[in-house]
Amino acid sequence: MLEVRDLRKAFAGFVAVGGVSLTVETRQIAAVIGPNGAGKSTLFNLITGHIMPDGGRVLLDGRDITGAAPHRICRMGIGRSFQRTNIFARLSVFENVQAAFLAHRGRGANFWARSEDFYRDETAGLLASIGLDAHADAIAGTLSYGNQKQLELGIALASDPEVLLLDEPTAGMSATETRETMQLLRRIAGERGLTLLFTEHDMEVVFTIAAKIAVLHQGHLLAEGTPAEMRSDPEVRRVYLGEH
Amino acid sequence: MAPSFLFSQFMGGFTTAMFLFLIASGLSLVFGVMRVINFAHGSFYMLGAYLAWQGVQWLHPRAEAFWLAALFAALGVALLGGIVERLFFRHLYGREELYQLLFTYALVLILGDAAKFLWGTGQLSVSSPPVLAGSVEIFGTAQPLYNLFIMAVGPAIALAGWFVLNRTGVGRLVRAASYDREMLDALGANVGSIYTGMFVFSSFLAGLSGALVTPIQSIVPGMDVLIIVQAFIVVVIGGMGSFWGTFWGSVIYGQVLSFGILIFPGFSLFSVFALMAVILIVRPWGLFGRPI
Amino acid sequence: MTGRRRATLASRIPWTLIVFLAAATVPWIGSRYDTFLASQIVIDALFAVSLNLLLGTTGLVSFGHVAYFGVGAYVCGILMKTYEVPFVLAFPAAGLGAALFALVSGYFCVRLQKLYFAMLTLAFSQIVWAIAYKWNDVTGGDQGLPEIPYPDLDWMSAIPGFGDLRIGDRFYLLTLVLVALSIAALRIITRSPFGRMLTTIRDNPERAAFIGLNVRAYQLAAFVVAGAFAGLAGALYGLFSRGVFADYVFWSKSAEVIIMTILGGMDYFWGPPVGALALVWLNQQITAYTEYWPFVLGAILLVLLFAFTGGIVGGIVAGFRFARYRLARRDA
Repeated sequence: MLEVRDLRKAFAGFVAVGGVSLTVETRQIAAVIGPNGAGKSTLFNLITGHIMPDGGRVLLDGRDITGAAPHRICRMGIGRSFQRTNIFARLSVFENVQAAFLAHRGRGANFWARSEDFYRDETAGLLASIGLDAHADAIAGTLSYGNQKQLELGIALASDPEVLLLDEPTAGMSATETRETMQLLRRIAGERGLTLLFTEHDMEVVFTIAAKIAVLHQGHLLAEGTPAEMRSDPEVRRVYLGEH
Repeated sequence: MAPSFLFSQFMGGFTTAMFLFLIASGLSLVFGVMRVINFAHGSFYMLGAYLAWQGVQWLHPRAEAFWLAALFAALGVALLGGIVERLFFRHLYGREELYQLLFTYALVLILGDAAKFLWGTGQLSVSSPPVLAGSVEIFGTAQPLYNLFIMAVGPAIALAGWFVLNRTGVGRLVRAASYDREMLDALGANVGSIYTGMFVFSSFLAGLSGALVTPIQSIVPGMDVLIIVQAFIVVVIGGMGSFWGTFWGSVIYGQVLSFGILIFPGFSLFSVFALMAVILIVRPWGLFGRPI
Repeated sequence: MTGRRRATLASRIPWTLIVFLAAATVPWIGSRYDTFLASQIVIDALFAVSLNLLLGTTGLVSFGHVAYFGVGAYVCGILMKTYEVPFVLAFPAAGLGAALFALVSGYFCVRLQKLYFAMLTLAFSQIVWAIAYKWNDVTGGDQGLPEIPYPDLDWMSAIPGFGDLRIGDRFYLLTLVLVALSIAALRIITRSPFGRMLTTIRDNPERAAFIGLNVRAYQLAAFVVAGAFAGLAGALYGLFSRGVFADYVFWSKSAEVIIMTILGGMDYFWGPPVGALALVWLNQQITAYTEYWPFVLGAILLVLLFAFTGGIVGGIVAGFRFARYRLARRDA
């Protein structure tokens, strides 16, 4: 369970996130929506330790992880993808995922063995499950955009996270790619018992897959609830769904 | 210690400081806008010195020879800076900083040898312009007129620079460029010509300071790599990219060097480097720079 | 199985062993001057490979790597000359001393990024230079430490075929073995999981932190390892040139080793040694014709920066790929 309590962050007087509280239950799929500049990415960066909050708490299964360094937060079981694709561009796809296994399982300090001999089966298995096995030997930077997004997911999954934060996992994808990616996400979340929190622009995607939706507006939580509740919330309809 | 002795140490430090400011201000401006340490700034300085010497040879008997030669040197180096920026440097803006650093280092190598080829390896010197020959007595110490002149030129350039940066349209663009390149692009400003302009101006300052140093220092190969280290220290102390920072950085450098000799004889050089290290560790953005 | 390189005929040939053995024959087949050049190449190769652990593997642009080379040279030189410590102790002490200094200075450097990192490393190297230049009692100041004794190599006479070798030749062979062992160690480190972690940091430090890496700690570890091996190279260089001087630590030397590294190709483990070989050879060829070697070096650097960023090894690899591609097309 991921809990955010009254999280606040201002940049030079501009309030990016102004007292947001949010709870995502274990194994729940939740979405954060809101217009550009609503504070979604900042919220993610606050949760994953990339930005120090001005106030508030982040709790993972009741444990306070507020403001811990990103690498510690990753080790505590939060995985994430970034809005701008974030892979190791000059390594092969296989090496990308293998590196994540090595790091997560504490082999990074091993300076005498050959890295290619580690976690071969795990890596191959994970690549197969995200549908990248055909590209295993490709240099990651040369992959198509959609494949890079898949790879990023693979890297995050190699850290065996409990909670997965995805910042616009389908940004820049075609309709077909978007649908496939969301199906993949839902399947993997089910198989691994993941708690999923994601941001997304595509409302159709959000309303089909999320069990819970939180609406951010100008750094504040406007509303949260089930998709059905959000659809009927007059405030949400007015501010975000663009109805008057 | 006698007050007059301390005063003359202070004046010595201040002359050094103002010289360094002339040189380091150009280095700092280029860093602030383009985010690169231009190692070749020292080479431009050296070329300024050689060109000034050349100019004086040509104009020798005339009373104003030195001033014309200094202007010639500064303009010549500015032109060279413009050519270098347009032909080569701009192709490296998108590349990693390693390539930019190495490019400026390649210039150091090439210009250093070019100067040796053109002017030989011997020491050259230029005498003070007649107006500024001699010295005046202040607090019982003899102060060369030429040093006093330099002490006036430094702050004058600083004030002019401050005025241009803070009170003119060009200055606003330059400051914007140092904050956020992309924003400036989005505003439709011609970033390319701002960069060229900065590089040319910075080269002009380097050339000018090289010319102005000739009456008090002889011109020798190797003066390029020695000066760049000092200018680098000044810029680091004051804050890379900060104009006033560079000014105060120079003042601090001059005084630490001047009084450091009294406190640790033989170790004044070390005390400046140590100061730089401490500042880089405690405030990597320098005393007057913006936090990074 | 994916991810494992296919073994080709070329990769089955023990290239490194062949190069090592070929290098070992220099004292017998070459002139005294050849041995001199070979010593320089071998030492520079280790220095450049140690730098490339930062530059090519971790993506850290150190503009002050010569500081650790210098610390190693001074530690070994001072121990052997002033305190008459035997080489077997002075040599590892040089690596240790450089590693310690790298630990202290690196701790501060890795807190900064990109250009600021480069500048702080440069600053530290200039501090070392200032100390070397001014601390007369220990470093000899601007006079340096001349006449450092060679290590005792009389034991080599016992080996058949070594009896007639000059002391310079013997020292070259010792250097070759020590450098080969050091480069082998760096090779193992680069290929290890630790080395893999460094490459993730090079490619994307933000992502590397989010696979659970303490990026700064890894960068610092790489910095210390690179510093230690640079120190070993420095120790050998001081003995090879029979003295340690403040000039060794001047900032332009850091630029030279970077040029060597990218001339060979910083994306390849064997790039830096190739660069060392090429640069020493070029220097020797060109200085025979002209005193303007820096000019030529600057011109080479321009070509590398604008047209040939992969360096020599990068060029060879690209050439092979092109040839294979052409062959494949002809066959098809």
